[in-house]
Amino acid sequence: MAKHIRLKYKLSQRFEGRNPRKHALIVSIAAIVCLFTLVIVGAFVNVEGLDVNFMAKNNPPSFTHIFGTDWLGRDMLIRTLKGLNLSFWIGVLAATLSVIIAVSFSILSSVNKTLDAVVTWLIDLFMGIPHIITLILISFALGGGLKGVVIGVALTHWPMLTRLLRAEVMQIKSMEYIGVSQNMGKSWWWIGTHHILPHLLPQLIVGFILLFPHAILHEAAITFLGFGLSSEQPAIGIILSEAMRYLSSGMWWLAFFPGFSLLIMVFLFDVLGRNLRKLIDPLNGQKL
Amino acid sequence: MNFILKKSIKLVSLLIAVSILSFILVSSSPVDPVRAYIGSESINVSQSQREKIETYWGLHESKTTQFFNWSKSLVQGNLGQSLIYRRPVGEIIATRFRASLALMSLAWVLSGVFGFTLGVLAGAREGSFLDRLIKGYCFALASVPAFCLGLILLMVFAVWLGWFPVGLASPFGGLAKNVTILEKIQHLLLPALTLSVVGVASIALHTREKLIDVMNSEFVRFAKAKGESGVTLLWRHGLRNITLPAISLHFASFGELFGGAILVEEVFSYPGLGQSVVKAGLNGDIPLLLGITIFSAIFIFIGNLIADLLYFLIDPRTKRKWSHG
Repeated sequence: MAKHIRLKYKLSQRFEGRNPRKHALIVSIAAIVCLFTLVIVGAFVNVEGLDVNFMAKNNPPSFTHIFGTDWLGRDMLIRTLKGLNLSFWIGVLAATLSVIIAVSFSILSSVNKTLDAVVTWLIDLFMGIPHIITLILISFALGGGLKGVVIGVALTHWPMLTRLLRAEVMQIKSMEYIGVSQNMGKSWWWIGTHHILPHLLPQLIVGFILLFPHAILHEAAITFLGFGLSSEQPAIGIILSEAMRYLSSGMWWLAFFPGFSLLIMVFLFDVLGRNLRKLIDPLNGQKL
Repeated sequence: MNFILKKSIKLVSLLIAVSILSFILVSSSPVDPVRAYIGSESINVSQSQREKIETYWGLHESKTTQFFNWSKSLVQGNLGQSLIYRRPVGEIIATRFRASLALMSLAWVLSGVFGFTLGVLAGAREGSFLDRLIKGYCFALASVPAFCLGLILLMVFAVWLGWFPVGLASPFGGLAKNVTILEKIQHLLLPALTLSVVGVASIALHTREKLIDVMNSEFVRFAKAKGESGVTLLWRHGLRNITLPAISLHFASFGELFGGAILVEEVFSYPGLGQSVVKAGLNGDIPLLLGITIFSAIFIFIGNLIADLLYFLIDPRTKRKWSHG
């Protein structure tokens, strides 16, 4: 017991002089600033470095080429930045589509039991196949390309969020004020948009942000496997799969820096999502 | 009984849906199966020969007839002939899956043991330095893509240090019968390690959260009042309550395991199921692609079923709930 008290004391000491909410806010803002810089720099970076230049091929990292150059003399830093930019926009598109699907399904499942069963069955169906295989099938069906990747990533990521939102909707639906509203003759659409949707908003925003890491990782994975984007587009997955062929020749910078940048971007989104949850969904957020 | 019946109905309905959906997706593809079959020789093949292949495969029939023909042989256990391997799909899945199974089971056990240990270490002392370290490690791990990690490990351990071979499941150029068990294990270790790291984060975080919940419960407070503490307390009241859910969750993660295996096999050129699904997708090998899709759905379903069954058989509380509702 004494130990327990000491532990609690230590905890309170740790938070002394530091407001967890303020801390979460600062971290979130920092993450947003970092991400925006990444995206803006990626959008406006000088693309001259992408030209083939055999004078400067296979250069290890130096001051002129911080990330080194590849076997065609292309600057890896610029390729990486462009790739991250592309990943970001694919993430935006896929996450938006996923959120829209998830919201409509979770509201649909609140209408009646049959629709709920249909939605649960659909969730089980999409969770029942590995995401990568679904992605392969979809991009195969659409003949590859950007469209295949975006649609594939969007179609594989809604089930997780839908399951979360559906549980939330179930909980809200059992509240008294919903019953009162029903007795007052409001339609399910009115109740859905006025009583349920506002409560879902925090979950939605956090879910949207936390979808990014998954979407970006899956986009990189599917491109890495050779589906999706064509090889002249500067996607991170393409860079990594090309780099793999040159690994045994000791050109470590080809895989290391792009892979590490991808990791940092995903990590930033993860940090942002978790800290935002602490801010706007405190009950669930403080647990982590 | 009711439980098993319900589950089997669900499996059948899911399988039917998976086969219909994947068939629609695959058949709407712009990839020409005849060209995929002939490959680079397509210039030498005349129009009449093409016609013959198309009639032989039944490509002139409607999509629905094609689907019914395919599903009829599927029910009879015939998955068709693979276009790139020129062997029956069932046979390829069987041999490839054996290699994948070795990889996946080793990774599964490793990630379970590591994840659980880390979770217990973190959860036992909430808020301590070790807890924050493990938590941070897990969050960082969650953002590492499996194939990136594989590349880095490959670079460090296989290329620089030369401890492990660069790829494949057995030494290059040797006959299959000359491969020793030791060599096989040597080829297996690095991919399995990569794959296991991906699964550690979720199981560790789950275990940690559950353990913290248990340690803050009334019965633990009572046990502390009786004078129990330290490892005894953790063993008697903590671990017993969290082990089962953790194992169950780990069985339910078969989907991520399978997906991760595809990437890891591609990085390490490990000749497993994942590598062949990628090949099938890239080369338009429709029978193999469909076969592996259905196989993976069954694989994941079995994992989820075991997870449910564990709860059902061991925890008496769920049994009561099932019989009531």
